[in-house]
Amino acid sequence: MSPDLARANAVVRRGFWISALAFLGIAGVYVLALGFTPVEARQGVAQKIFYLHVPAAWCALLAFSLVGIVSALYLWLHDPRLDLFAASSAEVGVTFSAVMLTTGPIWAKPIWGTWWTWDARLTLTLFLFFLFVGYLALRAAIHDRQERARFSAVVGIMGLLLVPFIHLSVYLFRTLHPQPVVLKPSAPSLPPEMLRTLLISFAMFSLLYLGFVTVRYGIGLALEARELRDAG
Amino acid sequence: MPEAIRLAFVIAAKDIRAELRSRTALLSALVFAALVLVIFNFARDPTVLAATDLAPSVLWVTFAFAAMLGLNRAFNVEREHGALDGLLLAPLPRSSLFWGKLLANLAFVGVVEAVTLPLFVLFFNVDLSAALPGIIGTAALATVGFVAAGTVFSAMAVRTRFAELMLPVLLLPFMVPPLVGAVQVTSRLMAGRPLSEMLGWLRLLALYDIVFLTISTLTFAAVVDE
Amino acid sequence: MPSYDGPLLEATGLHRSFGAARILRGVDLRLQPGEALAVVGPNGAGKTTLLRLLAGIMRPTQGEVRVLGRVLTSSAPETRRPLGLLSHQSLLYDDLTILENLIFAARLYGLADPAGAALAALEDVDLARRAHDQPRRLSRGLLQRAAIARALLHKPRVLLLDEPFTALDATAAERLRVLLRGRLAQGLAMVLVTHHLTEAWELASRVAVLAGGRWALDEPRAGDLAAFLPRYHELVGA
Repeated sequence: MSPDLARANAVVRRGFWISALAFLGIAGVYVLALGFTPVEARQGVAQKIFYLHVPAAWCALLAFSLVGIVSALYLWLHDPRLDLFAASSAEVGVTFSAVMLTTGPIWAKPIWGTWWTWDARLTLTLFLFFLFVGYLALRAAIHDRQERARFSAVVGIMGLLLVPFIHLSVYLFRTLHPQPVVLKPSAPSLPPEMLRTLLISFAMFSLLYLGFVTVRYGIGLALEARELRDAG
Repeated sequence: MPEAIRLAFVIAAKDIRAELRSRTALLSALVFAALVLVIFNFARDPTVLAATDLAPSVLWVTFAFAAMLGLNRAFNVEREHGALDGLLLAPLPRSSLFWGKLLANLAFVGVVEAVTLPLFVLFFNVDLSAALPGIIGTAALATVGFVAAGTVFSAMAVRTRFAELMLPVLLLPFMVPPLVGAVQVTSRLMAGRPLSEMLGWLRLLALYDIVFLTISTLTFAAVVDE
Repeated sequence: MPSYDGPLLEATGLHRSFGAARILRGVDLRLQPGEALAVVGPNGAGKTTLLRLLAGIMRPTQGEVRVLGRVLTSSAPETRRPLGLLSHQSLLYDDLTILENLIFAARLYGLADPAGAALAALEDVDLARRAHDQPRRLSRGLLQRAAIARALLHKPRVLLLDEPFTALDATAAERLRVLLRGRLAQGLAMVLVTHHLTEAWELASRVAVLAGGRWALDEPRAGDLAAFLPRYHELVGA
């Protein structure tokens, strides 16, 4: 086995362990949320999805922001590893967004009586999903590696700049069109135990993001190593 | 005139002359816009939904999709006989190339919008006389933003196998803020609302234009330079 | 401004790679006025990449290209002015007439009298009578003549040629050779990337073989093609 392939496998293994650790952590958050965190007065037990949903959405945004920032770095430094990282982050991000977008409505229907609301978080996640899909579709359609890296980087940067405008549009839309009051799992000020659970959840989801990206990055390295070996 | 600006006009003039000669893309976009308006007209129930409620959205969706049809034209024409290499070899700044293509695209979309608007008034029987200057201004403001991004994306899309699919997949998310803003302002203009109610949206449109004109100009070189 | 009398085109240590995939692994080149360098090599050796690097269309991972002593960078468009390109494609627009195509090129290069320069260039290649035809009305040979007119319109000092003899019949190919020979005598320098060594042999003053991303050979053209071919096949392992 070539040294490159061995190194790639080592990266994948490391990523696997980080992800496993993160899953354990998230299970722990689940326990923490159900057993050791006070129940929210108005929404009841159903509000507890908040501790999983909000950090997951945050991770999708983190994934996308990193795609954008790393893309800008790639256009400046031209380091192929930056391109691989951006691609890995995009694949992890699209997965997080897709999970968010499917579990969100499934949970929302029995609680709020509606499958979908155009609230800020769901709308933004939906847009991130579309931006991820566009980014990955373009990558799949370009076969020259340098061209693929350049083009994806441009899309990444443009996408990152779009996000504040989506936010602004949703904000303007809502202030001018008061929506029916929907009970949302977010509170302006959180009691300390809730905040603690939320922050730990953020940390565990970020760790999961890191683990997944590491695995994907390692797979990317392995694919490159194999390509190089095949090309002789 | 600074050389960079002169060169942008040279590029734009060439594109416009070529398009006027063949008219293929232009006619397709115009027919498409007319058909979309017809479909929208038959698809609604006038007793349930007043024309004025739906009108701004119909107008802007039509503008947006017809515009997208024309965007790939700009770079497809450079692929026919490898002409892009000639442009990249010439002492032509990449930003001039971008602005030339942008101006040609804006001219194209401008014509499509100018023809679609009277058709819209005709089919939907709306009275735009008071709102017309405002609508034209809003159209200009919203169009510039998404055509800037569209010019960059089409330069990339034409290098893929299914450019006509790739461009919408990339560009549609970027059309949302300008479209939402345009629809909001247009509907208020048509209802005769005061300017203060539109300022937020107009600022959004203007800011969007500035940001995306800038970033598109800056990133275009990365698309054409190998 | 002191007149420049170094090489017209100079490449030093050109590398082109992406990650571990390396296409060019250190290529040097020096071209004097009147020199015609024929670059040959197997497919995938990097010939087209080299030409695109020399044209400033592609950016080297390492190394630099100098045209008339000035470094070629994307951000300094004027450094590309002395370059011309003749490809197997015509670089023309189907919807414009030949004359309109050339006037556009003249305007692109900021020439003083675009229409006059365009017409003169067409007369030079004996194509003035077809000036108002669109490219699709021209045969391949005539189209190549139009492409030559476009390439030489701004009087480049260095002409880059990418498989220019593709699909040309014997007459058209000879015509191209005569024209290029004339320009070489006037001090034009050329880099000619080709598969058709038979077409280019008489034109070249130097021959270089690119294999595996670097020069396997770079020497003055001497003797006839028949003697060279066995050495070429040996070098590229055919």
